[in-house]
Amino acid sequence: MTNPALGRLAKATPPGLAHRLRGLSDRTIAWIFVAPTIFLLLAINIFPLIWTIRLSFTNFRVNRPNEAVKWVGLQNYSRILNDADIWATMTNTAHFLFWTLFFQILIGFALAWLINRKFKGNDLWTTIIVLPMMLSPAVVGNFWTFLYQPQIGLFNYAVAFVTGADPASFSMIADVRLAPWALIIVDTWMWTPFVMLICLAGLRSIPESIYEAAECDRASPWRQFWTLTIPMVLPFLMLAVLFRGIENFKMFDLVVQLTGGGPGDTTLLTSINLKREAFEKWRTGYASAYAVILFVTIYGLASIYVKALNRVKQR
Amino acid sequence: MMTFLTGLRTFRRGPWEMLASILIALGVVMMMQPWVLAFYTWSFLVTLVGTILFMVVGKFPS
Repeated sequence: MTNPALGRLAKATPPGLAHRLRGLSDRTIAWIFVAPTIFLLLAINIFPLIWTIRLSFTNFRVNRPNEAVKWVGLQNYSRILNDADIWATMTNTAHFLFWTLFFQILIGFALAWLINRKFKGNDLWTTIIVLPMMLSPAVVGNFWTFLYQPQIGLFNYAVAFVTGADPASFSMIADVRLAPWALIIVDTWMWTPFVMLICLAGLRSIPESIYEAAECDRASPWRQFWTLTIPMVLPFLMLAVLFRGIENFKMFDLVVQLTGGGPGDTTLLTSINLKREAFEKWRTGYASAYAVILFVTIYGLASIYVKALNRVKQR
Repeated sequence: MMTFLTGLRTFRRGPWEMLASILIALGVVMMMQPWVLAFYTWSFLVTLVGTILFMVVGKFPS
């Protein structure tokens, strides 16, 4: 039985257009739909990538467009990979990445585990915990700058209250030893709720019947946690690590607002250093080589990580 | 170990992917470690070889 609405639509279609569409194969129609996306992908992702790789072998400076561009081969790569200052930014990034992931996963999972239990005010607490992640990094950076002030900052007073130290005797963002930890505290405060939400999704996806079966088998809560909860939440935890790892590897806004890379270069992360090379010193070729090195590193890491994630999901 | 070496000799995907993953991880550790500059200098090459190897061995039979 024919749908009368379809019949009316077919009658309303101009004969020329109907003929043209009828002449196209399914494959061609599929290409017509996919082509704009492929074009955008090529224009926005692939072409800039190829162009960056090309520029990384030159001494091109974008602020001197009329200067002759010289092919320098692997010189940019060699200079970056022998530069102790850039090496220091890599170790700063590694320190920041390791500790933020460690604390976010630990606290995020613990919060999710607590929130997953049924208690009064559960939804209210979830909303309160999730609030920091909804704020703009610029805002967070600004108000934590105030919280970290030695004279008036609440953070210093809280530490002083616990330890008995003089609040004005230390400055979280001006002390060489404390500044990296100041960043880690703020990033953990802001992004732990994100990890908590992912873990909560994982915990809520575990069927209650599995725990009931485990209790019938007299498995202790400790054993249930390690042999049921952790393996079943592991893919979610790995996803959280992937998302936060990539985000923190390119961390920029929060650090610029809080410390600007200082004191000295103790909180100078690779993304900030890359931006300085590209848009303050205008060494475009050099910065391109730097970007290629970071790209290959992240791409390689993401490849093995996605492989591991698929393996865990298949178990 | 013997299975791993046989897999490498017969161009099986699993062992080669394992080798590529080890190279990538080693390269990243070399890049991020704060002790020896020479490791940092060679880290990119190790990561690059590992990444290219990982893409190539994806085509090997499993």
